[in-house]
Amino acid sequence: MQKQLLLGDEAIAQGGIDAGMSGIYAYPGTPSTEITEYVKASKEAKEKGISANWAANEKTAAEASLGMSYAGKRTMVCMKHVGLNVAADPFINSAITGANGGMIYVVADDPSMHSSQNEQDSRFFGKFAMVPVLEPSNQQEAYDMVHYGFELSEKFEIPVMMRLTTRLAHSRAGVERKKPVNQNEYKIPKNLKQFILLPAIARQRYKKLLEAQNAFSDESQNSSYNSYTDGKDKSLGIIACGLAYNYLYENYPDRNIPYPVVKIGQYPLPYKFIDKIYEECDEILVLEDGYPIVEEMLKGFLDKGKKIHGRLDGYIPRDGELNPNIVGEALGFKKTRGNEIPSIVAKRPPSLCKGCPHIDSFLGLNEALEPYGKGRVFSDIGCYTLGALPPYDAINTCVDMGASVTMAKGAADAGMHPSIAVIGDSTFTHSGITGLLDAVNDKSNVTVVILDNYTTGMTGGQPSSAFERIENICKGVGVEEEHIRVLKPLKKHHEENTAAFKEELAYKGVSVIIAKRECIQTLNKRMRQKFKDKKK
Amino acid sequence: MNKKDIILAGVGGQGILSIAATIGYAAVQSGLYLKQAEVHGMSQRGGDVQSHLRISEKEIASDLIPEGKADMIISVEPMESLRYLPFLNPEGWLITNSKPFINIPNYPEEESVVQEIKKISNHVILDAETIAKDLGSAKVANMVILGAAIPFLGLDFGKFEDAIKFIFGKKGEDLVNININALKAGWKITNDKIKSRG
Repeated sequence: MQKQLLLGDEAIAQGGIDAGMSGIYAYPGTPSTEITEYVKASKEAKEKGISANWAANEKTAAEASLGMSYAGKRTMVCMKHVGLNVAADPFINSAITGANGGMIYVVADDPSMHSSQNEQDSRFFGKFAMVPVLEPSNQQEAYDMVHYGFELSEKFEIPVMMRLTTRLAHSRAGVERKKPVNQNEYKIPKNLKQFILLPAIARQRYKKLLEAQNAFSDESQNSSYNSYTDGKDKSLGIIACGLAYNYLYENYPDRNIPYPVVKIGQYPLPYKFIDKIYEECDEILVLEDGYPIVEEMLKGFLDKGKKIHGRLDGYIPRDGELNPNIVGEALGFKKTRGNEIPSIVAKRPPSLCKGCPHIDSFLGLNEALEPYGKGRVFSDIGCYTLGALPPYDAINTCVDMGASVTMAKGAADAGMHPSIAVIGDSTFTHSGITGLLDAVNDKSNVTVVILDNYTTGMTGGQPSSAFERIENICKGVGVEEEHIRVLKPLKKHHEENTAAFKEELAYKGVSVIIAKRECIQTLNKRMRQKFKDKKK
Repeated sequence: MNKKDIILAGVGGQGILSIAATIGYAAVQSGLYLKQAEVHGMSQRGGDVQSHLRISEKEIASDLIPEGKADMIISVEPMESLRYLPFLNPEGWLITNSKPFINIPNYPEEESVVQEIKKISNHVILDAETIAKDLGSAKVANMVILGAAIPFLGLDFGKFEDAIKFIFGKKGEDLVNININALKAGWKITNDKIKSRG
């Protein structure tokens, strides 16, 4: 079969389609978005009746996926690393319930924070939940591991995590496909109490999870994704996890590494290989993209054994993603850097698009806020976070999905008035509604500005889960109707919009301003499609 | 050809991935290995974007090109071409559009950008927009730039024509032809430059 050029994300998606997956659930988030997009766009997936779903948030996605597993089908839930914080509750508890049909949590980490608020390493979460973790080093492994992951999940009746990082998620290479596997038959769990985590049952299930740990370790030790390659020079032993393995090999063009190397693609760590490399080599170098989790495990708290090098002792920078040069320098190779960047080269940060509705909203809000001064706008995660940059300087916080509403409430409770939340439609339905309910119940003096551009913009225009229902949601939550204002953010409406902002900022109580206008990117896309269809 | 490591540079929204897709198709049809790291997400909103494109006869290890090892930088924006100089090897080529994309208040003097580009001994700088407009569509500027890079890519020109036919074929013969003409126009500029250097 000819190889297909696929992004790491797409390889996982195609892996799911070929490995008998019946459903995929996700909330969009860079760098994980393309997995679900690929399945949604796939003709094959449609023909096979694979259910591909954008959920309201990562928690609802994970729970739906767990429900599919309960019903005996193979399923995948995908998210970015911070999405796993949102889905942490089902994630940790599903390790205790276990799975029925094969279940994979695909989590894409973003070291260097290309498009994120932090660079947390999901392998810690995997260890915390005590589930097997797979970490592909390339696109082919990403594809293959989905097949293996489902088998592993069903063999041990446990959800499995697959962790990748931005660089693999968004890099393309040739992938060879396997023979497709049929989907599972619908089949509820043999033990109908398996998923009831009442304390008495949960204690038994938890013991079962603890007992399974040795079996997970043995499985890892025998996995083809972990390997030991001997080397003559025992002055150093190298442990390379996931993508780091490629950066190691890049530094040896003839592919002959003089040192012993343990390649890690599956956790728990393969204990025999780790033991062997530690026994045979004078010192150890750990290469891992993300936090120094393996390095820390090997060092322990006392660190009284052989020297272990990595991010903790400065051999490798403590933060940021790895690259071939960082690995090369840790191995003692000379720098290969070319000419420096000329000093005239200016930074070019991302910015709101020309014609973006958020621009008009920010200009109106800024003007209405002039009498009160700066420092009272709590915002959120989305394109509008770019309102933090000049020339707008319009927002003061960006913490986690939905935090704008609740932080504005807390500040209002502390005496701030006006206290403003600025949140997008998709972020509002993800995690903002419950916060608004809190504000209504406590009659907090907040103005919640919902920038409704009908889409999840930053990740490329996925549908907004409460399209045309935002007003009714606010009404249903209990916001007074006369304080739900709907604006159209356009330059020609600037004065009336600013007046509306002013009125609601002055109001003591909960008010909501919904600024409704379609994202300029999705509008353009739609118009181009319309033009094409007309031509036909 | 043994291997070619290429940095593609531009500003989010300028469409550098169409260049990557064309080279990618030509390389795969020539039986080569390929790895291509792209930028998705926040930076696509008018920020600086780059793509590492690696093609090789042998299997490729890293998705990222090491510093100082790129054989060329292909840029659709002049200032952006300079941002990746640390990746260019001393014998490498810099091929760039001369037309600036100004969406920041502190964009440097255009003349100083050109001067910095000219400091790189192996450079091709061309006004791809004007050439593309003369051919009938400003939209094919990217293909003019790709054309100017073809002499350094070590693949037959015909492979790129095939790639254009594959990618744009469904959209009609006119579009295929104008893209191929754009490739030829860029290709000629570089070839003339190489000849004049002897």
